Amino acid sequence: MVYLDSGATTKVDPEVIKAMMPYFTEKYGNASSTHQKGQEAKRTLNDARQIIAKSIGAKDEEIIFTSGGTEANNFVLKGIAFANKDKGNRANHGFALPREQGSLGHIITTKIEHDCVLNSCKWLETQGFKVTYLDVDESGFVKPEDLENAITPETLLVSIIHGNNEIGTIQNLKELSAVCKKYNVYFHTDACQSYTKTKLNVKKQNLDLVTLNSHKIHGPRGVGALYIRKGTNITPLLHGGGQEFGLRSGTDNVAGVVGFAKAVQLANQKHVEYMTRLRDKLIEGVLKIPDTRLNGPTNDKRLCNNVNVSFKYVEGEAIGGYLDAEEINTSTGSACSSPKLEPSHVLLAIGLKPEQAHGSLRLTISRFTTEQEINRVLDVLPKVIAKLRKMSPLVKFIKKI
Amino acid sequence: MVYSDKVMDHFKNPRNMGELENPDGIGEVGNPICGDVMKITIKVKDNKISDIKFKTFGCIAAIATTSMLTELAKGKTLEEAEKITNQIIAQELKGLPAIKLHCSNLAADALRMAIKDYFKKVK
Ligand SMILES: Cc1ncc(COP(=O)(O)O)c(C=O)c1O
Repeated sequence: MVYLDSGATTKVDPEVIKAMMPYFTEKYGNASSTHQKGQEAKRTLNDARQIIAKSIGAKDEEIIFTSGGTEANNFVLKGIAFANKDKGNRANHGFALPREQGSLGHIITTKIEHDCVLNSCKWLETQGFKVTYLDVDESGFVKPEDLENAITPETLLVSIIHGNNEIGTIQNLKELSAVCKKYNVYFHTDACQSYTKTKLNVKKQNLDLVTLNSHKIHGPRGVGALYIRKGTNITPLLHGGGQEFGLRSGTDNVAGVVGFAKAVQLANQKHVEYMTRLRDKLIEGVLKIPDTRLNGPTNDKRLCNNVNVSFKYVEGEAIGGYLDAEEINTSTGSACSSPKLEPSHVLLAIGLKPEQAHGSLRLTISRFTTEQEINRVLDVLPKVIAKLRKMSPLVKFIKKI
Repeated sequence: MVYSDKVMDHFKNPRNMGELENPDGIGEVGNPICGDVMKITIKVKDNKISDIKFKTFGCIAAIATTSMLTELAKGKTLEEAEKITNQIIAQELKGLPAIKLHCSNLAADALRMAIKDYFKKVK
């Protein structure tokens, strides 16, 4: 099986599993217990916390473990919104807000976020918050001037995805956070896809909140983390026993965070270079198929593991179906594969017509992908597209395909 | 999306794929914006569908339903063929995912259009 869906999730590295095992079998203590087994778990938890913190230039106590990216993003949006409602941004503290009637506060995000951010924002709108969804350019970049123009005295939070999960666009965080600093607005980025694949440093990029997860980097599923800059005013999502500095209750997933930390330690720059080379080979080969376009940017502005293309005259679920029959796993932004029957909001946001979005295919590699696998895809994919185009009534005069 | 084996069989090995030359009737339904276009061409002999071919732009379900339709319609009288419904096609395929029942299950409509087109031409 050729697995080219590492943007969805990745294979857990055998080293990660090995590191996790003792925490199921022998060292299964609850990190909140005061006995020896509990204290052993607590130490392990904090070691893992230190590894994650160091990897992004944070302090240990600024890392809160969660059940994944979805929870971390929900926590940021709801936690910041409710803790700061009616206050506006900090530049305005102490001043009366020229608030719009009935709004508890304003949040800015983009049209290309993951559903867990978009749907949290939509829910916050039902609770009385106002949300602006910024447009992006044809490669998926947010313009800093658009962000600046959207900020009002009631803006509490800006949340912008770092590496886009569909088209691989890597935003310039430094530029965007600088705008937020100017107006003293909290800046959050969802780095689930970009973590360990491009530079991420909370100091250098001036970030207040960062979402991380484990299962995109060969760690276990169901584990993530939120970086919260010290002094940030945020209210918990999960109330309970007061774990994670009172910010995220629930018995600590020690085995999970051990695996997460191990995955972070195993990731390195060589893997990024390796994936970049395979990615570019794949892009070059796929674009040889006529009537094909690359969605998203190129070079170092694109995630090293992401390829997203649209083929004219054919539909993505069908492409994926024939590839799957050839033992190649991929994904698509076509409406036909979404439970809502709507084409990808990200592809529409970069200006694709619905019929172009229907013909999209996402190929996401990992450090375990081999050159032979890429060759195999480049052999099979043109045949699949040719077969589907032969079947397509949209091809009125068949060109040389 | 989980499809039945029968759907996957018709998707992977589509029957009667293509377009007839000088067809007696043509039917085309759907639109590319929604993600489905189905084109049916038929030949009619002695009031029977003597040959039928399909072309489809669309998902797995769209391809499988048109393929299945051509199998069901071939050799039938025009009256019998007109009675084929999208529901019958879905049943013959051992079911379709609920959300695909409406959007990608239009093949019978395309056939009825082709038969109508034939009657218009012979008149
Ligand atoms: C950009 C992005 N954010 C958030 C998530 C959700 O993370 P999780 O699956 O850990 O809840 C994902 C992946 O599914 C993602 O790609």
